Amino acid sequence: MAEAPADLDMDRTASRSSEALLTVRGLRKTFGGVEAVAGVDMSIRAGETVGLVGPNGAGKTTLFNCICGQVRPGSGTIVFDGVPLDRMPVYRRARLGIGRTYQRIELFPELSVRDHLLVAERARSGHGRLWKDLLNRARPQPDELSRVEAALQLVGLSDLADTSVAALGLGTCRVVELARALVAEPRLLLADEPSSGLDVHETRQLADILRTVQRRRGMAVLLVEHDLAMVERVADRAIAMDLGQVIAEGPLKTVMAEGRVRHAYLGTDR
Amino acid sequence: MEQLAGFVIPGIPFGCTYALFAVGLVLTYQATGVFNFAFGAQAYAAAFVYTWATQVHHLPAWMAFVLTVLVMSPLLGLLFDRALFSRIPATNNMAKIVTGLSLFVGIPALLPVIFGNQNLLNAPSVFWNIDRVYLRIFGTPINGAQVTVMVVTVVVLVALVALLRATELGLQMRAATESRRLVQLDGVNAGQVVAVAWVVSSVLAGLAGVLLAPLFAQVQVQDYTTLMVAAIAAAGWAALRSLPVAAGVAVLVGVAEAVLQGYLPTSSWLYSAVLPSFPFIVLTVALLVVPGLRVLDSERDPLASVDPPPPPPLRTVRLPAMDRTIRWGWYILLGAFVISMLTWMPRTWENVFNSGLAFSTVFLSVTLITGMGGQLSLAQGTLAGVGAFTAAQLARHLGFNLLIGGLIGAGLAATVAVVLGILSLRLRGLGLALMTLAAALFFDNTVFNQSSITNGTTGLSLDQKWVAPFGFFNPNGHALFLLALVVLALCVLVVNLVRQGTVGRFLAAMRGSEAGAAGIGINLTRQRLTIFALSGALAGLGGTVFTIQQQVGNAQQWSYELSVAFVVIVVTSGVSTVEGAIQGGIGFVVSQQLLTYLPGRFGGSSLVFVGFAFGALTYAAHPEGVVEYQKARATLRWQQRIFEHG
Repeated sequence: MAEAPADLDMDRTASRSSEALLTVRGLRKTFGGVEAVAGVDMSIRAGETVGLVGPNGAGKTTLFNCICGQVRPGSGTIVFDGVPLDRMPVYRRARLGIGRTYQRIELFPELSVRDHLLVAERARSGHGRLWKDLLNRARPQPDELSRVEAALQLVGLSDLADTSVAALGLGTCRVVELARALVAEPRLLLADEPSSGLDVHETRQLADILRTVQRRRGMAVLLVEHDLAMVERVADRAIAMDLGQVIAEGPLKTVMAEGRVRHAYLGTDR
Repeated sequence: MEQLAGFVIPGIPFGCTYALFAVGLVLTYQATGVFNFAFGAQAYAAAFVYTWATQVHHLPAWMAFVLTVLVMSPLLGLLFDRALFSRIPATNNMAKIVTGLSLFVGIPALLPVIFGNQNLLNAPSVFWNIDRVYLRIFGTPINGAQVTVMVVTVVVLVALVALLRATELGLQMRAATESRRLVQLDGVNAGQVVAVAWVVSSVLAGLAGVLLAPLFAQVQVQDYTTLMVAAIAAAGWAALRSLPVAAGVAVLVGVAEAVLQGYLPTSSWLYSAVLPSFPFIVLTVALLVVPGLRVLDSERDPLASVDPPPPPPLRTVRLPAMDRTIRWGWYILLGAFVISMLTWMPRTWENVFNSGLAFSTVFLSVTLITGMGGQLSLAQGTLAGVGAFTAAQLARHLGFNLLIGGLIGAGLAATVAVVLGILSLRLRGLGLALMTLAAALFFDNTVFNQSSITNGTTGLSLDQKWVAPFGFFNPNGHALFLLALVVLALCVLVVNLVRQGTVGRFLAAMRGSEAGAAGIGINLTRQRLTIFALSGALAGLGGTVFTIQQQVGNAQQWSYELSVAFVVIVVTSGVSTVEGAIQGGIGFVVSQQLLTYLPGRFGGSSLVFVGFAFGALTYAAHPEGVVEYQKARATLRWQQRIFEHG
């Protein structure tokens, strides 16, 4: 896995705004008879990192998918930077500034690392015009390449830029996913279990990269993660979910000490 | 009331014939996870051998029945499973579809090669006598063949439902469809269970083929494929899951057809246009409204990730010297080809190569939609026909220059492709293949059979002066060659520009992960429709060039069988490269021409289709195309010999 770049000694809260960037109200989603998300209310401010924790089946990934538009909620509202997302398709949400990484890697095996970022850069700007291709005007522009190089440097992937992702290990693939999301300069990054399948060393490196880019870019991050050490390392506060509902919110240690949270994880309040 | 009954009752045996096929399709899918495109071809093979045995070798009907249904069919099923489908990972849906299509093309083509060209008429009935009326319902006579079909359908349906629902084997079959690995972990020999399912399904195909043979005056593959469409429609309404629903819908389709046939005036356009397309309309509506058909390719196996990903294409890392050598080799070959075509090439062979260039253009549309777009379209031949007939009609009626008409035809083909793309927006893999097959069959049976469009079997004769005012255009010279070459070169340029451009990169991303592509802001719908439109336009252009060369345009040139065969050919020669399309186009016509020098049963075009079908059977192992794979291997070998060891 790529080495993390040097951390920038910035105040964690420097880029944080007091206004909500993402607001979720009364969100519900049912699959058959199972209510995966059962009336979730939450908000995330610009520039803050929120850890979303909870046992398996708590509804965290479904909530992610509803925010991204990959799953249509049954009811409730999602507002991003004042814009109601309602029936907005996935690609428009991405262009609006919502980036994400996936629990199960969703890379493009035929493309190199650089091409992943280039494609993401083009997709963000909506520059996918056929006529430009036919007039041979689709070559990467210098400003695009510089943004791609900056993102590669930010996550420490410059040396692997021309490598096919099919040849990379899981840990590096997770960083490529992160870089792909970052090149579009999202204002909110949804990271779905980024440490899944990684060893302790790789998880630590990934957490460092995530923290660094969050501070440099000043974006908000919603992090679904089972590894509580990583959440503590990266997140400003935590939201705990169980059975589709938010059961606690606040600093991670306080949240984990809550009786309902302990009950959700351990089956007992003690 | 009596009139209605008089229309309904004869429809029931027809519906039962559809039901036998529909039940077979659902059973195969339920028990093996494979949609058996070759089911109709298997039934046809059984009918062919049964009729051949009884009519040519005068075997008693019961003996021929045993030979075909109880010996040949199960062996065929076992062969399919052991040699083909059991080697395809459960997650590789594309390979399963392509293998089924290869058998669909290969089996009917193989029969005349093995048995010679046979004109098989009047197959005998196995059980009840076809010439005898056994009962009357509301005054409608029911003969022996109809009784046989109805009784056998009911017996088969009851037996299969009992097998799947009430026996341990049935439970194992259903479980194996969900996850072979989980079943194996429970101590069940999943491979054996699936093999049994293939045997049962093949016996059913053989049974259907033999029972239906007496209903047709002659044993022809077209009758069995038409039955397949109605059966697919019925199986679609059952979401490929419920045997009783599939059988019920199949009977309803048969009855509805009979009632429409009875009530619609024979002189109306509804009779000639809507009635033949009724099964395709039923299938299209099923694909649009049945939710289960949208998730046919979604993975249900919790252990699916155990499967290795499809093998990566064999890539050669060419040394610069090797690269230069190959490039110059191609330039020299191209130069020699052009000079030969313009100087000494015999007229017969010049025509052959001209057709090859036109087919290459049509095949480039397959490269675009399937190789680059990752969408399996079985309607590219149909789109070529749309372009060709549009150009021809504009020339005949409005005096348009054929080349201008060709561009308008390409535009219309692109429009048809976009409509097809819009209808298929929620479909992937198998669902899309079925939708495009339905479209191809619809055009075949409803549009291309209209005399006003294609002038019947005679076809539309073209006058070369319609290519005027281009004075140089002399069909007795080399103008046809130059036209085909220029059009192909332009289309190659377009494909290469798209591949290297943003759209090509977006498509590569979508092939890798649609969720990932949408998540970074790629508008999947727009990209899909773009590639549908572009591939439709290329197909339409290729079709027009071919029609200009032939100086006649008819429906047989663009039948749905050829549409399916086009995919099989391109898959064999290389679906993801421009070279693959050109190799396919030239190889298709050159091999046909070479075979004309062979005597007897080997002299027709059947062997060509058999060859390409066999090639496409290797798709699971060589998704880049077996020809491209062999080329890459040869390049590596030569590189090692010449440059690395030297």
